[in-house]
Amino acid sequence: MPGTDETPQSRADGAAAAQPAIEFIDVEKRFGDNVVLQDLNFSVAPGERVTLIGPSGSGKTTILRLIMTLESLTDGYICVHGRPLTHEKRGDRRVALPKKQVRSNTKRIGMVFQHFNLFPNMTVAENIIEAPIHVLGMSRADALEKARALLKRVGLADKENEHPTKLSGGQQQRVAIARALAMDPEVLLLDEVTSALDPELVDDVLGALREIAETTDITMLIVTHEMQFARDVSQRVMMFSDGQIIEDGPPDEIFTRPQHERTAKFLSAVLEH
Amino acid sequence: MWDWSRAFDALPLLLKGFGNTLIATVGGTLIAVVLGLVIAILLRVLPRWINWLLKLAVAFVRNTPLVVQLLFIYFLFAKHPVLAGIPSLTLGLIIIGVHYSTYMSESYRAGIDSVPKGQWEAISALSLPPARAFRSIVLPQALRATVPSLGNYAVAMFKDTPFLFAIGVVELVTSAQQYGGRHFAYTEAFTLAGLIFLAASYPTSLLIRRLEKSLARY
Amino acid sequence: MTDNLTTLFSYAPQLWDGLKITFLLTAGGAAGALLIALVLGLAMASPYRWLGIPARIVVEFFRGTSLLVQLFWLFYVLPLLGANLDPLSCGIFALALNYGAYSAEVVRSSIAHVDRGQWEAATALSLSPVRMMRRIIFPQAWLLMIPSLATLLIQLLKGTAVVSFITLQDLTDRIDQLRQATGDTFFAYTVGLLLYFVLAWLLQVGMDALEHRAAVALGRREKSGRLRSVLSRRHRPKKEVLG
Repeated sequence: MPGTDETPQSRADGAAAAQPAIEFIDVEKRFGDNVVLQDLNFSVAPGERVTLIGPSGSGKTTILRLIMTLESLTDGYICVHGRPLTHEKRGDRRVALPKKQVRSNTKRIGMVFQHFNLFPNMTVAENIIEAPIHVLGMSRADALEKARALLKRVGLADKENEHPTKLSGGQQQRVAIARALAMDPEVLLLDEVTSALDPELVDDVLGALREIAETTDITMLIVTHEMQFARDVSQRVMMFSDGQIIEDGPPDEIFTRPQHERTAKFLSAVLEH
Repeated sequence: MWDWSRAFDALPLLLKGFGNTLIATVGGTLIAVVLGLVIAILLRVLPRWINWLLKLAVAFVRNTPLVVQLLFIYFLFAKHPVLAGIPSLTLGLIIIGVHYSTYMSESYRAGIDSVPKGQWEAISALSLPPARAFRSIVLPQALRATVPSLGNYAVAMFKDTPFLFAIGVVELVTSAQQYGGRHFAYTEAFTLAGLIFLAASYPTSLLIRRLEKSLARY
Repeated sequence: MTDNLTTLFSYAPQLWDGLKITFLLTAGGAAGALLIALVLGLAMASPYRWLGIPARIVVEFFRGTSLLVQLFWLFYVLPLLGANLDPLSCGIFALALNYGAYSAEVVRSSIAHVDRGQWEAATALSLSPVRMMRRIIFPQAWLLMIPSLATLLIQLLKGTAVVSFITLQDLTDRIDQLRQATGDTFFAYTVGLLLYFVLAWLLQVGMDALEHRAAVALGRREKSGRLRSVLSRRHRPKKEVLG
């Protein structure tokens, strides 16, 4: 674990390539009186694929939501490729960055949600090209060409003009994956992407994600209950309990020889299903 | 432009008018609350074609202007030897009450519909007599969902009472108009009238919103 | 009765004039109310307190003071302040302000009821707030607000009847003239109420069609069977928007 005495600012001076893709520094998140995360420090290397596991309420989804700026930090800093995401340290003060800058910082971070969250008022293709055109400034033709390639990649080449509501859950989720990829993300956050799917539709979605993991070097943070998928795809597993990392290592080690009793308990409970 | 002495001078007259506004609101609300429930129950029990007629009548009263209804009944009764004797305030509060009963019946209907199906099933499983079960089981639950909505309509009715102007009831706005015309002090009279409405309706609305939130918790 | 019908036919042009005034008030009032509702509703939905609080105050003010007070204020007080509005403009302004305030609350609450996942997905794509509202949130909130706006539109139509108090010869005023011409209160007012009822019904049908279109745009309903679906949905519960 990196030293926590360094400030985000001092890190920002270093070469980008040497920087971790994601770094949490003394992160604290509270909802009212409820402390979800406290003194959390960890970093993820560029291209690394990390699965976060742990009982519900352990704070793993909150971590993804903090990176996506869907929740605001109570205290601490998050850096993405060495750049502060929402707050930076100026002298002794913790200063919130302007909203516009935060939005620009999240451009290359993508997220896929449990409930897909496709825009129902747009066709599949429109869902995918909206942000590339209006956030990245791509031309419509380029964006559309890219959308078609991505749809083909997730096995939905013929669905371009469908309305999302006409698709099955598995198809919707694959469109959501294509939508996230259309922004050329450096970091991809996957939040229980198969939890809302009927069991027979899970494999298509995981298959698409496996292919992306194999063929790209996108940094991925994955929250999932699909342990086999986590084992196959990720290089690292972090076990959370009560907002703390209680175990951190390669999947083979954690799944076969958990060091912590709570990890063992959690895994046996999950794998029983 | 604004004359405080005129404002103070107008106040007693306005408050007297406001008394009639309150009478119309309270009387109208009582009628609407009772009649609304009667309509809602009738719509559940009446045979099909009468039901359809009642629905049409309710829609007709709801979707036509209160002002026109007031004038209609007022002129209709004016020629009648007995009915012409009804004071216009009484007539007004009855009409406004009937008008709003069509809205409130809808609130009751929604409230009754919101009682979970399981409750009805439990009632038939226990072979309870329907009328009694409705009174002691369904209605109390339905009312919980209905009360805030009835309150909202009562406030809406309060703000509609100035329409009684049409049939010569001297309520708040009519008093303001009379005072304003007599002393050429429209600014003070109407501004005060508006503020009195605001002072009465806004806190009531807030109370209802709070009630709504606390009832929603169950 | 035949006498009444003869009088009614000879009186038709005047009734038509009254209908035109009522229509103008309804259309003008509704257009103004929609504009006010969008501005105030969006301000109340915004995360900025300096926008939200003033908008909330304006809304509560115009909801809390009665329509007739607002109308009389515009008609009697405004000239004293040096601004002369003709009665028709007074009517349109009063209706727009009063129903605009009610509608603003509908706009705000509909925006707040759009699924949170939609906001989150738009944030995850780094869309700008304006783009997010225009392209993602508002089109979905629009479907939610139409039923309530339809109820308010019919209330606005009913509210137009008060303008006869400020000398306008709208439908209500013409009905009273018909009463005087025929000497038959029951006949004249039955005709009048029926006319209002038909107008309200037409507005409801129009709003239902609008809702159907919005639902199709969101993929919630099929394109075909439009007329059938409009007709079969006459008895669905009315939205409550008062208070």
